[in-house]
Order: sequence, then C-alpha cells, then structure tokens
Amino acid sequence: MIDKLRTADRRRVGILNSVGDRWQALPRWQKAVGVVALLVFLYHLPYLGKLPGGLMIPGLNNLRTDSIEGGNNWAGVLFVCAIYVLVAIGLNVVVGLAGLLDLGYIGFFAIGAYSVALFGSVNSPVVKWIQQEFDLPPTWAVTWGICLLLAIVLTMISGVILGWPTLRLRGDYLAIVTLGFGEIIRIVARNATGVTNGPVGISAIPGPEGPPSADNKVFGLIDAKPWYWLAITFVLLMVVLVRRLEHSRVGRAWLAVREDEDAAAVMGVYPFKFKLWAFAMGAALGGLSGFLFGSRNAFIDPTQFNANLSILFVAMVVVGGSGNMIGVSLGAVLLAYLPERFRDFADYRWLVFGLAMVLVMILRPQGLIPSRRRARELKDRAAEAEEAPAHV
Amino acid sequence: MHFDELIGHFGQHTVDGLSKGAIYALIALGYTLVYGVLRLINFAHSEVFMVGTFAVLILWNQLGVENNPPIGQAILLLVLGLVVAAAASGGTALALERIAYRPLRRKNAPPLIFLITAIGLSLVFVELFGQVLPKLFGSMLPDVFGRPRQIIGMPTIIQQETLFTIGNTAITNIQLIVFVSAVVMMALLDWFINRTRYGRGVRAVAQNPETAALMGVNQERVIMLIFVIGGIMAGAAALLWSMRFGFTQNSIGFVLGLKAFTAAVLGGIGNLRGALLGGLFLGIVEVYGATLFASNWEDVIAFVVLIVVLMFRPTGLLGESLGRARA
Repeated sequence: MIDKLRTADRRRVGILNSVGDRWQALPRWQKAVGVVALLVFLYHLPYLGKLPGGLMIPGLNNLRTDSIEGGNNWAGVLFVCAIYVLVAIGLNVVVGLAGLLDLGYIGFFAIGAYSVALFGSVNSPVVKWIQQEFDLPPTWAVTWGICLLLAIVLTMISGVILGWPTLRLRGDYLAIVTLGFGEIIRIVARNATGVTNGPVGISAIPGPEGPPSADNKVFGLIDAKPWYWLAITFVLLMVVLVRRLEHSRVGRAWLAVREDEDAAAVMGVYPFKFKLWAFAMGAALGGLSGFLFGSRNAFIDPTQFNANLSILFVAMVVVGGSGNMIGVSLGAVLLAYLPERFRDFADYRWLVFGLAMVLVMILRPQGLIPSRRRARELKDRAAEAEEAPAHV
Repeated sequence: MHFDELIGHFGQHTVDGLSKGAIYALIALGYTLVYGVLRLINFAHSEVFMVGTFAVLILWNQLGVENNPPIGQAILLLVLGLVVAAAASGGTALALERIAYRPLRRKNAPPLIFLITAIGLSLVFVELFGQVLPKLFGSMLPDVFGRPRQIIGMPTIIQQETLFTIGNTAITNIQLIVFVSAVVMMALLDWFINRTRYGRGVRAVAQNPETAALMGVNQERVIMLIFVIGGIMAGAAALLWSMRFGFTQNSIGFVLGLKAFTAAVLGGIGNLRGALLGGLFLGIVEVYGATLFASNWEDVIAFVVLIVVLMFRPTGLLGESLGRARA
C-alpha cells in the first residue's frame, strides 16, 4: 500500500518537474503571456463561474464556497486565502530559506493587527490618550496608510528583539522559545487592559477609507471583493520582492546557513546577521498580513491569535513544501479553502492537518511541491542513513 | 508589585510552589530522558500527560466515584488511577515513538522534521480528545465526552485539609501527598537508571550509541524503554494533577508541557536530578512571580524564565549529563 503510494507520488513529482522544466524552456514572450493570464485569473477569481446576466457555469460554480448550504461569502474566503498566502510566504523566508523553525509567527501577525487597531481606531486607549494629550478632536486617529508603515516597522523591530537573544540557539530550542514568544504576545494583549482593551478587544478598526461604516464606497464591511483585490495585490508585490531577495546575496547566504551553519561561517557568511535579517523580513510579512486581517475584520481580540493558529501556519509551510514559494502558497490555500468548501469537515480541520503533517513528513519530508534543492538535500541524508545504519 | 504580600506569606508561597513544581518535575522527566538519549525534544510529550488525565477521569467516571469516598476506598482509587494513567500514558508515548519518530530515524531525517511530526501528532491527540471521541462516545460516557472542548471537573477523592501549620504556613494533605510521591517516583527512577542493568543500557546509548550497539545494547529496546518510562512518569503526574486540581481539558497539555520543558531546560535537559531541581525551582518562581505581579501573568513568567535561562545558561543549572553519569 505504502509502496504504491510512493510510486504514485514519485510519478506526480516527475510530472510537476517536467512541467517546471518546460516552463523554464519557454521563450520570453510566451512566459509573459502566461504570467498575464495568471494575473487575469487571480483578479477574476471572485467572479469564478459567474456569467453576465446572472447565469452560472455549473462545474466552476461548484468550487465556490457559497455554492453549498450555509457556505461563506466566496470573496471573503478568497481574502482569507490571500492573507494566509502572505503569511506562508513570510514564514517560508524564516523556515524554508533560513531553516529556523519559528512556532511563534502568530506573534508578528498579532502585532501587525494590533498596530492598525491601536493607532487607527478611535476606540483604542492609545488613540484616546493621544487625543487627550494633544487636544485633538475625538474623531482623530492615525491614517490607515501610516498604520501600514507602523505595522511593518513595529513587526520588524519585534523580529529583531526576539531574534537578538534567541537566534544563538539552534533548532529545537529556537522553536520552543518562539512558541513561548507567541504566547507572551497573546497574554500581554489580554492582560494589558489599559493599552489593548484586554479581552474586550478593539472595534472600529479602519480600512483604506477610514473606520468601517456602511457608507464606505469601496472598502466597506459587506462587499469583500475589493479587500481581496487589495490583498492579492500585496501578495503579488511581496512575491516579487521575496523572489528578488531569494536570488540575491542575502538569499544565497540564507540557504548556506540552512544547509550547514558552521561551513557557512567558515566561508565568511556571518550566520547571525543573516538569520536576524530573515527573522526581520519574515516578521514584516507576518505583520503585513496581520495588518490586512485586522483592517478587514474591523474587530480584534486576543483569542484570535492563539498558538494553534501559529502551528497551523507552520503546517501549511511544511505540508506545501518548505523552501518553495509555489508550494507554501498551495499549502496556505488548501488550509484556508478546504474547511470552507467542505463544511462537514471543518470541525476536523485540525485533526486532518495534524495527520497531514505526520504523513507528509514521513512519506515526503520535502512537502507536496518540493523545492528541488531541498529534495536533493534530504535524499543525501537518506543515502547516508543507508551507508551507516548504526546511526540513531 | 505586592512585595508585602510575598514577604508576609513567604513560607506559604514556597510550599505552594513546591507542590506545583513537583508535578512539572515529573512531566519534565519525559523530556529529559528522551533528550538525553535521542538529542530530540519530544514535543508531543505534553499530550502523553493529557491522555493520562483523561484515563484517570474515565476510570473514576466509569466506577461511579462519589466525592469524598471513605479512606480505604480512596487509597484503592488512587492506586488504580496510577496504574491506569501510567498504562495509558506509557502506551501513548510508545505509540508516539512508533508513529512519529521511528520511521524518521530510519531515514536519518534532520532534527526539525522530528519536531514537525511531533507537533502534528500532538494536534491529532488534542483533536481526538476534543472532537472525535466526544462524537463517537458522547452518549456512552455521558460526563466525560459529552461536552467537547470544555473544562471537565473530576470527583474529589481526597478532601483538601490543613495537616499542620508552621508559623503562618499551612501545609495541606494534598500538597504533601503530591510532593512526597513525586520525590519518591524520582528517587525510584534515579535508582533505576543508575543502578540497574536496563539503566546501564540507557546510559550507554546516551553516551555513545554506536559503541553501545557494538557492546550488544539493543538500541531500539532502549529507546522504547525511555519512552515508556517517560510516559509512566507523565501518567503519575496526571494522577497527581487530577487529585490536586480536579479538572482536565483536551488542551491542558500545551501550557503545562511548555512549563515542564522549561523545567527540564532549567535543570539541564538530559539530567534527571536537574529535572527535579528545575521543576521545583520553576514552581516556586512562578508562585512568587504571580504574587508579585498578578496571577494572570503567571504563564508569561514561565516563558520569560525559559528565554533568560537559554540565553545565559543553555545547559541549565546542572548541565546535560544522562550519559556522563557515574557508571
């Protein structure tokens, strides 16, 4: 049974690889056409299966989450998918490229969400305090765009603060410390009532057009489509950015550190610096996604940022294929989409993802869509195990 | 900051901390044993403890235990509880090893992959007890699995009462039982590892797996042994927890596991006596901290202690030494 699965899986990866090779071999203009087609598809997704005149295309229509009874708004689900993809891309920098298992990523997500809530909402104690100190009108709050910058700056700083003392630790220790960090952020958000409103949470978080209200023309509470387009735009920008980073000197240094820290240090790559850089980059992306989540949701409280979600983030990266952006994005989409489309299964989503983590790691440690370099590395280790069976 | 409160009731807080820390120490043993032999943090160990508490709960529930049974019956119930919890936890630990770790050891996988399978399996266990079993057995075991994802209370086996007071420090019977039985368990384990033939095998594998294999130590058996022992200790901790706090929940393991892990690191992961020291120390620090600040900061204190220890003394108070213990 397992052997059969393995053969089928090998064939599947073979096909994937040959598709990848063919894509690489295409002339430039054909690639450009392909990319444009993909972009059109992504931006068209909220209308999937819908024809003008209220007609539905049955096959495509079934994919929508609102095609089932009690299903969620399709554009809303797409928005969550986009947010999770952003999270996965950020976490992939930390886990997949630099090889640092970060189980506290939710902390950065929370800081991003709280930075728009604390500075942008008129209901937040911080804004109220500023109003009092500087005699500002009660409608004053920091603009959404400035909150965006704040979110990125704050998360980068917190990434460095977390990384500075802990990045000297290796592997497992780092994982547990980051897990503790995520919990600390959540508990602080819950207990620091004077700053974050504690368990009550903060409402009226603004979007690009200001606080959520029915008369917001584009980014309102009801129609999620503009939110999805906004999120997917951020995702595409970040994909380009991270891709550039991956192929730069920094990216190569990350891979070197991931493969063998000592060897990298000997060759003149200072691991600590690059690990810190990876942490800060990853944190900023996490903060950005938390920021979008907070402003779309218009309300946040500490219970939305629990450790389980953090572990789920790691699950989407490792199940999808850590180190490969397409892989982790697939993991994120599966994770956000499947429970919404198959509501009966939604209760079991954690169970299924737990099982998937174990199964994928045992059968295919490199994930569903592997990074080729990572696949080779794992093969090497397996070969070493064959040669020296006495190793534990 | 409530310095007066801390100093005024210093003895009381110390006693509370010690009896809490004893439970951490028992769970910490599981982390320390596995780390000592395999150099691997068994992330799912917290779920081994969780299964133990549920085993106790189901047992007492099925026996129809009333609150405050007569003393003879209470002792019998506790012994039965220990046996069942140890069996359930030990079995879980063994299953964990077979499913999540053994296949990877064969492939010489990088350490992070072990951690990920452990996290996955930990999620599976939490969900089994919070979601799947309640749906399957909801009607059969009414008070146990009828209410998914809730805090479930347990019958009181021994009524908490003050045994004696020293100054203004009151020591209750439960605190004493918890502390003494934890220390006895630890002493037994210490004897087992340091004085018996099996213990020698464990120490040999911890020190040098290849040489141990050449000397005829069956590695797989040693690994199974440490997982079972860690599980039994977690089962004992589960019983003590059930007796002292009287509740359980499917997500109970997460924070408790992190604290036990902190205790293990604090004492020097891989070091059995260190686990006891670290557990007691963490229990005390936590109670002091909760008094100084406020009780809702308790969990933060444990994590901060963990980060500080790892930064300044990553090998803990006593250092790593399962393998280097006296032969």
